[in-house]
Amino acid sequence: MTQIFAYIPFINGVAADVALEYPSAAKKIDEGASLTAVVAGSGADLDKVANEMTSIYSQVIKIDNADLAYPNAEVVRKALVNILPTDAVFLTAHDTFGMDLAPGLSVKMDSAYAADMVDFEGIDGTTLKAVRQELGGAVSTHVAVDISSGAVMTVRPGSFAPVDGGSAGGSVVDKSGDAGDLSTKRKFLEIVAAEVGDVDITKSDVLVSVGRGIEDEENIEIAQELAEAMNAVVSCSRPIVDAKWLEKSRQVGTSGQTVKPKVYMAMGISGSFQHMGGVKGNPFIVAVNKNPKAPIFQVADVGIVEDILDFIPELTEAINDL
Amino acid sequence: MEILVCVKRVPDTAENEFELNSAGNDLDRDDLVYSVNEWDNYAVEEAIQIVDKAGGSVTVITVGDDESEEVLRREMAMGANNGILLSDDAFEGSDGLGVAAILKAEIQKGNYDLILSGAQADEGAGQVGGMLAAMLDMPYASLVNKIEAGDGKITVGREIEGGNQEMNEMDLPCVLSIQTGINEPRYVGIRGIRKVASVDIPVKGASDLGLDAVNVGEAGAKTKRVDYFVPDMGDGAEMLEGSTDEIIEKLIEKLKANGGL
Repeated sequence: MTQIFAYIPFINGVAADVALEYPSAAKKIDEGASLTAVVAGSGADLDKVANEMTSIYSQVIKIDNADLAYPNAEVVRKALVNILPTDAVFLTAHDTFGMDLAPGLSVKMDSAYAADMVDFEGIDGTTLKAVRQELGGAVSTHVAVDISSGAVMTVRPGSFAPVDGGSAGGSVVDKSGDAGDLSTKRKFLEIVAAEVGDVDITKSDVLVSVGRGIEDEENIEIAQELAEAMNAVVSCSRPIVDAKWLEKSRQVGTSGQTVKPKVYMAMGISGSFQHMGGVKGNPFIVAVNKNPKAPIFQVADVGIVEDILDFIPELTEAINDL
Repeated sequence: MEILVCVKRVPDTAENEFELNSAGNDLDRDDLVYSVNEWDNYAVEEAIQIVDKAGGSVTVITVGDDESEEVLRREMAMGANNGILLSDDAFEGSDGLGVAAILKAEIQKGNYDLILSGAQADEGAGQVGGMLAAMLDMPYASLVNKIEAGDGKITVGREIEGGNQEMNEMDLPCVLSIQTGINEPRYVGIRGIRKVASVDIPVKGASDLGLDAVNVGEAGAKTKRVDYFVPDMGDGAEMLEGSTDEIIEKLIEKLKANGGL
């Protein structure tokens, strides 16, 4: 029987949403598999999350250690290697912690590694068929994962249907004593909080958001003019911040701000999942992109295939003439 | 400080519209524009800036075919001192673990203080750096967007959710994967490329590295790509068509109806 273990990330005693998504992923891997939640940390927050997980998972492994008070991936990895069975199928979210933990864990477990899974299509013998994306979401691929000696896989948050918790009636098994030596050559120091900018994009009902298609710093101005016409605020995708054309506080995405506008104008944005992960609350999404195959058109409500450098000024003028 | 940067030649997502081939099992690669993986330019720039301050040298390395030499030369034109191409028919079809094992074999011959890679490449897995660190028993940090090099130790910032930054102190040698935005990679002109056009780049294969072909390449891969496909678009967006004036008229109606105006 396939033994699946799901790592539950949490902050301040609150489990990440993916905790409700792993059970659906596990069923798609193997309907008959056993599924165990793994919760690592320290103290009251850990106990709170471990107890909550018993309503979703029939088995919960708790690893309590002062060295795990902050989830340093190097420390967590050492504990997991000592606690997981060698043929475990281990799932963690494809987030900044999972990306830190999982590749090295697969080496230490001598397991297959597969990243950023968006779907599973079951096991045939010892081969798991799964779906992932490449090239920023432009194409999908089926992958075959040989799980005969276990597997470490990251799953994309939001890709698997959340389950209704409440009825699992599970129990917590304390494996803290099996964690072993947790000394590492990487020491967590502190969290530096994101800088607060001059504009709070999370407060605006309408966002004019620009991406690579804006092409040049000088062109940011046309987005600002459209935003003024719409009584909106300018936000952006990651490449615009990397190029230092707008400040970090204007970035929408998992590594930037989470926004819940009523209307989201995605101008020259391809629509990577990291970007769309920051757009919540089901806004009305307008996408303008000169590439008709841009992934943004899959999630937008209205799509327009045009070059934003020509389109935005015309739209601004038309709105100003209303 | 001796720094090694792992780089990769990839299809350029900004320059291509991806189509499947007629058999539907691979990309149509005939007209694809390739370039160096975007994240790797930030890693090379960071390495050059560290060496400018602390001394030492920067070596760029890749696992790939003959054409991958062009990305090594591009990074050498940025200022990397040496290039190494790891190339062998036996390497084809390697999964992330295979690529990391190939790199490890060469890295063990050198004496590097710091090994960098891009945070991710075309496949979006972000896997080779973390695997390499585990294979070499070196500490690892991913998604690094700040580096302060010290004596025997290094302070690194990791980009985590919400734009926050996680600071860590690490022993050297270590492996870091570099996130975009950590610096502003320098521009490389034609003249820069010409300058390094005749620099010798050693090419090493499986036997040079002491690698058994059954452990790398397709034979050793535990994760294999079966095919490419274009996902079901679902409902997708309602595409507005017509002249620009017509599109704008329709769009304004929709914006009014949905609270945008």
